[in-house]
Amino acid sequence: MANAEAQAAKGHVEGQQHPLGIYLKIWAWLFVLSTFSYLVDYFHLEGYLRWTLILTFMFMKAGLIIAVFMHMWWERLALVYAIGLPTILLMVFIFLMTHEADNTFLIRGLFFAAGT
Amino acid sequence: MTQSHTGQAVARPEGLQGIVADWSSDQRAFKKVPWGKAMMWIFLLSDTFIFSCFLLSYMTVRMSTTVPWPNPSEIFALSFGGAPIPLILIAIMTFILISSSGTMVLAVNYGYRKDRVRTMTFMLITAALGATFVGMQAFEWTKLIVDEGVRPWGNPFGAAQFGSSFFMITGFHGFHVSVGVLFLILIARKVWRGEFDNEARGFFTSRKGNYEIVETMGLYWHFVDLVWVFIFALFYLW
Repeated sequence: MANAEAQAAKGHVEGQQHPLGIYLKIWAWLFVLSTFSYLVDYFHLEGYLRWTLILTFMFMKAGLIIAVFMHMWWERLALVYAIGLPTILLMVFIFLMTHEADNTFLIRGLFFAAGT
Repeated sequence: MTQSHTGQAVARPEGLQGIVADWSSDQRAFKKVPWGKAMMWIFLLSDTFIFSCFLLSYMTVRMSTTVPWPNPSEIFALSFGGAPIPLILIAIMTFILISSSGTMVLAVNYGYRKDRVRTMTFMLITAALGATFVGMQAFEWTKLIVDEGVRPWGNPFGAAQFGSSFFMITGFHGFHVSVGVLFLILIARKVWRGEFDNEARGFFTSRKGNYEIVETMGLYWHFVDLVWVFIFALFYLW
């Protein structure tokens, strides 16, 4: 925030301008995290360990891209919330569809087995 | 930026009070953001919902099928003379797309410094990496369709829904990358012609050219990379 304020105080520029170093660091981190998530598959990790690692690396990468590359970290909260809050609805959608899928799976098990 | 009529900058409240102040004022809600960038964010939000619908339907069919799901680790393996390396093509594609995001962010940065040549160069590198990604995807699709007989309605490995989910999700993502490459080349051409330095008016909007469009373009490109992060984790690694 402080950086953006300093930029704004100087006047003319409305955009996001930050030192190159932070971009290069995040770039390196994205490479490292991608390598890690690839290694999860390479070493055939299974079960909850696999899920946890994949999702953790996924959210870390997504967070870094949104926060730094897409500059969300420095934007005003009015924009951050306007874009961020609606995506919470997706959680409801995921919840609904997992239950729907489980239900379909059970019914299929019941009727496909009865049919044979 | 808000200015009083004496031309001096007025400090705006931060935090939750800032949200209320920005939205309740009878003026534009998104301060310090060019209109094009705010509109790009709203477009990306709608695009998020489109891709979420694809990934959610994939999740639903995968969870509800009674037939075993094909193992992506083996299907997307590739051998360079020796034993097949699992998922290696997808890993390379991931690194290419991340690199293109890195070069894009450099282009945005040099754009705000009004470094015309470097901005254009990095945008063209980004476009080249994006085109490479699409090329590798075309190779992957060809291999799956021609060599392994994967179709949207069935495949030799297991659950029939694998094909339809795969072609729909990666196809729509590949389309986004292709459109992004075209836009990158268009904007790079504008940078090269100096249209953002001498504020030439766009033929479509008649607004003065400005380097801010490079950042707006960058938002779209990073979003494409962001979607790939989710596809990579949820479709290929799961």
